[in-house]
Amino acid sequence: MFTRRSAAIAAAILLSSPALLQGASAADKPTDPQIAHIAYTAGVIDINAAKQAKKKAQNKDVKAFAEDMLRDHEAVNKQALALVKKLNVTPEDNDTSKALSKQASDKLTELDKLDGAAFDKAYVANEVAYHKAVNGALETQLIPSANNAELKSLLQTGLKIFQGHQQHAEHVAAELK
Amino acid sequence: MMPERLPSIAIALVLAAMVAPAHAETIVITMENLVISPADASARIGDTIEWINKDVFAHTATAKNGDFDVTLPPNKSATSVLTKAGAVDYYCRFHPNMKATLKVAP
Ligand SMILES: [Cu+2]
Repeated sequence: MFTRRSAAIAAAILLSSPALLQGASAADKPTDPQIAHIAYTAGVIDINAAKQAKKKAQNKDVKAFAEDMLRDHEAVNKQALALVKKLNVTPEDNDTSKALSKQASDKLTELDKLDGAAFDKAYVANEVAYHKAVNGALETQLIPSANNAELKSLLQTGLKIFQGHQQHAEHVAAELK
Repeated sequence: MMPERLPSIAIALVLAAMVAPAHAETIVITMENLVISPADASARIGDTIEWINKDVFAHTATAKNGDFDVTLPPNKSATSVLTKAGAVDYYCRFHPNMKATLKVAP
């Protein structure tokens, strides 16, 4: 299998280049249909967390924050759906999406056991951590990997929205103390 | 009848001119893709700010010193008339990374 062997060598050369070693390896680079799936899943996760908080939160700022998350993430996901339709791209499930969903459902179960001020605090703390993690993934992996210009631009808007949410969550967290 | 009425109309017009500042302007501040522009705007007391939200997200223009707090639903605009001088830092309550300054001259 000469061709396969040279392909393997080419991959090895690519992987050993310093620029690639700094970031994620080429094999980890998600495709546009996978990126679309990851971004949409990330939004759905925060929508579900907000729905739980709307029911359980006590503090009025926490309740208002949950409303804001619901409204913004639904708006982003509506745009994402319109874009994949326009581009004729079918979002593709992948390990990153699966891992995100699994973590999120564990978190929902964990938070469900809490009530009152304990719930408020844990929800907001998780919102800070979650938005931070998503922002990191957007900046270092999803945005640089996106091929389509419109998808890239939607992810960039998404990053600004998520950064705003992170700061907003940090403000709410500071007031709860 | 007519000659007596004319002076009072004239006075009313003069008063109206005095109440409305001579150079009142409308300054447009836009929010698009979570960016406020211009980030540094200048105006005078009596001017009107027209806030235009071009995003599908709701934003606010909230003054740090409490001078104003305008809520802008998605793709909507609003106006506020400036009544106080000073440099006001403002931000969006929903996305505090959206920040800008409005300088109001007396
Ligand atoms: Cu905003």
